[in-house]
Amino acid sequence: MTKQKIVVIGAGMASGRVLENLTDAAPDQFDITLFNAEPRGNYNRIMLSPVLAGDQTYEDIVTHDDAWYADRGITCRFGEKVTNIDTAAKIVTGPNGDVAYDKLIFGTGSEPFIIPLPGHDLDGVIAYRDLEDTERMMSMGEGNKVVVIGGGLLGLEAAAGMAARGVEVTVVHIMGHLMERQLDEAAGYLLRKSLEGKGIDIKLQANSKEIVGEDGKVKALMLDDGTELPCDLLVMAVGIRPSIALGKEAGLAVGRGIHVDDQMLTSVEDVYAVGECVEHDGAVFGLVAPLYDQAKVLAQTLLGEEAAFVQKTLSTKLKVTGCDLFSAGDFAEGEGREDIVFRDPSRGVYKRLVIEGNKLVGAVMYGDVADGNWFFQLIKDETDIDEMREMLIFGPAYQGGEASDPLSAVAALPPEAEICGCNGICKGTIVDAIAGGATDLAAIKATTKASASCGTCTGLVEQVLQVTLGDEFEMPAAASICGCTDHTHEDVRRLIKSMPLQSQEAVWQELGWKSRNGCHVCRPAINYYLLSDWPIEYQDDPQSRFVNERKHANIQKDGTYSVVPRMWGGITTPSELRAIADAADKYDVPTVKVTGGQRIDLLGVKGEDLPNIWDDLNKAGMVSGYAYSKGLRTVKTCVGTDHCRFGTQDSTGLGIKLEKILHGAWTPHKLKLGVSGCPRNCAEATCKDIGIVCVDSGYQISIGGAAGMDVKETELMCSVPTEEDAMEVVLAVTQLYREGAKYLDRIYKWLGKVGMDWVKEQVVDDLENRKALAARFELSQTIYNHDPWADHVKAKADKYAPMADLTLEAAE
Amino acid sequence: MSWIDIGDINDIPLRGARIVKTQVGCIAVFRTAPDEVFAVSDTCPHKQGPLSEGIVHGQSVTCPLHNWVFDLNTGQAQGADEGSIPTYPVRVEGARILLDAESVSRRTAA
Repeated sequence: MTKQKIVVIGAGMASGRVLENLTDAAPDQFDITLFNAEPRGNYNRIMLSPVLAGDQTYEDIVTHDDAWYADRGITCRFGEKVTNIDTAAKIVTGPNGDVAYDKLIFGTGSEPFIIPLPGHDLDGVIAYRDLEDTERMMSMGEGNKVVVIGGGLLGLEAAAGMAARGVEVTVVHIMGHLMERQLDEAAGYLLRKSLEGKGIDIKLQANSKEIVGEDGKVKALMLDDGTELPCDLLVMAVGIRPSIALGKEAGLAVGRGIHVDDQMLTSVEDVYAVGECVEHDGAVFGLVAPLYDQAKVLAQTLLGEEAAFVQKTLSTKLKVTGCDLFSAGDFAEGEGREDIVFRDPSRGVYKRLVIEGNKLVGAVMYGDVADGNWFFQLIKDETDIDEMREMLIFGPAYQGGEASDPLSAVAALPPEAEICGCNGICKGTIVDAIAGGATDLAAIKATTKASASCGTCTGLVEQVLQVTLGDEFEMPAAASICGCTDHTHEDVRRLIKSMPLQSQEAVWQELGWKSRNGCHVCRPAINYYLLSDWPIEYQDDPQSRFVNERKHANIQKDGTYSVVPRMWGGITTPSELRAIADAADKYDVPTVKVTGGQRIDLLGVKGEDLPNIWDDLNKAGMVSGYAYSKGLRTVKTCVGTDHCRFGTQDSTGLGIKLEKILHGAWTPHKLKLGVSGCPRNCAEATCKDIGIVCVDSGYQISIGGAAGMDVKETELMCSVPTEEDAMEVVLAVTQLYREGAKYLDRIYKWLGKVGMDWVKEQVVDDLENRKALAARFELSQTIYNHDPWADHVKAKADKYAPMADLTLEAAE
Repeated sequence: MSWIDIGDINDIPLRGARIVKTQVGCIAVFRTAPDEVFAVSDTCPHKQGPLSEGIVHGQSVTCPLHNWVFDLNTGQAQGADEGSIPTYPVRVEGARILLDAESVSRRTAA
């Protein structure tokens, strides 16, 4: 019997598996010739990462050595690139001569995608694909810097492998979270945190602009925001694309890959393709499981058996020590889909199951992936999970589990985490006191001073008591922020500072949020807490703000807006008034009203006109009055010594100075000030949040007034001799309120909780602390003291217009 | 269905919305955190608040006027409130957002 002649082009994982299957099933039926452009046989490419990390060696990952090929009678033509294929004559030509075939198999694999950035051809710019690339990365060590472009599976494995060798690695990723194709935001956040813990610097939403070189060698990567990242090696791991050039030359039908049918047959008779070079039913393949399926189908077909390749649900695991993650199936949200989310902050665990009807369709897990394959099986088998739905997320071993524990965030805090900010008391100190017999809140206060000052950490101290004492401590009920969490505002504020938490994702994960991304109640509060505690680190999220603060105008009941320009200290000029009048005419403003805060309100402006009217007012020298904000509104003044025969100080001047320095600051609720030039109090300063009454000897500063739902007179805080002192006290008390109060508490409500004595201790008696508070306020203002109108006019005016107008098209 | 290209997905802020003017009134086109796109009426049935200006969370939006919450899949009001808003077929191809032309023309609305 004459043997069937098979020629295989490419010694990769898929073609290797075809050869195994064929020679196992029918050892003497085929005469096989194997071409490979690389000067070696088949090795397990997906294990290159463990080689890079030093967990394995190249020898460990060779799947077929010389002896294997010799044993199976396979003629190896390694290092030979196929130069021609004649599918009519059925001949393959290589540098060392022709080979005739009965059946031809393409296993040409894929090529790494190189972004054509300026400088991509410099020495030291590599992909992560083969052993040569891996060896190049292995040559890096301590003192070297490497930039990896691409925060997908391969890029992160490369980064972790090099970081383990002491290399300073930066990952640049264009998307908002890592591995966005396999993970959701929450799992991406945990992964990032864990990689940062390994010393890898991660830059998200970063666009590469150009690669800078010196003497033909890579020197740095430039981002489009001007950041320069110096590097000795730059690895591009942004994806792969099927190698189709040879197939195309040979006349095979190609799209993204070489087109094949369910039997892996190409458009040309007796020519097959398998692996990463193929396109089957519109899909191309990069993970190993479907490649092995294809290899099996092809081997069976060549052996004359019936077989068909079917695309299946895939699962992914990342091969980085210490980062356990797993994803399978489809986890996009969609109509009729439900999520089951489980978070255990103390163990850094996140699990999310996506259910459609009675079936599990997707799973994402981080931190604890032990049940991954069980869930994957449920997805693949389309098992009816209705019966086990309640306990499904706890995995196969767990039937009859308990709900997630709101105390776990506190339980997970290290002993050195600060619980009481006023007195600098750590969790460890409290736990020690409990062990020493202080078993209730009063005893803790007496022995440690924790929660004995402003009291906002009371909830946390109680939780430490409960975690330590268990059932022996009875927890007083406290209202949580909203249905998304069991924590109170005070607890969340304290934990944001002490853990520390610097992003919304971090808050949701570490504090065990029960929803995907919060709700309209908690999002504005968390956004405020983060920007007030981390002004530099955290970036304000307009999408977590109520419309008025996002659009910098007050929405009215008919969907129009009101526009209020600042009039510093209530002082205006004829030219400003003319500009306001002109704007009112130009934009058909139906109502112009003088407000209680000594300025002018233009009511009834259409949303799409906002950037235009702002631009006009900006040009006349006016800026946003923040009349819409949980922030500084106005500083109301009287005319003071300038004109009034009773005036004792320059109240107007002080008002203007205060309004300028406080402009743009966000606070827990609105903040209104008043400065009166004498005790006759024409500026009504004693019913403001902060009021100053000028007297001959200086300035009386009082806080906690209100003239709204509640009417309150201010309480005197202190008297100071100079204008400079008055300014510093106002900034310090504003900052104390910003740092401590619950979102949507005006100063008087906050004052009711912390007490005037405590505020005086912080702001009046302790001069050093006063200065520190004022300095923190000024630091925050380096970010927030600006005019949002001008910013919006410049950067996003087009977003105020409708995205499209179909009123004409639809009528046609 | 015939699809009309109304713009690029990146023109809508993440967890935000933009409006499209049509013969059947303003339609709010939403983009959620995982880049899903929904098209619903911009008008809250309660007091006609502009839903495109609401806070987007999960697959829901909260009306900026009185905090009614709507499921963007079904248009149904959530919780104790009763009411619903029309939803419109929309899909994303590459980065382009396509809206069904027929459902937003006056003929089918009548």
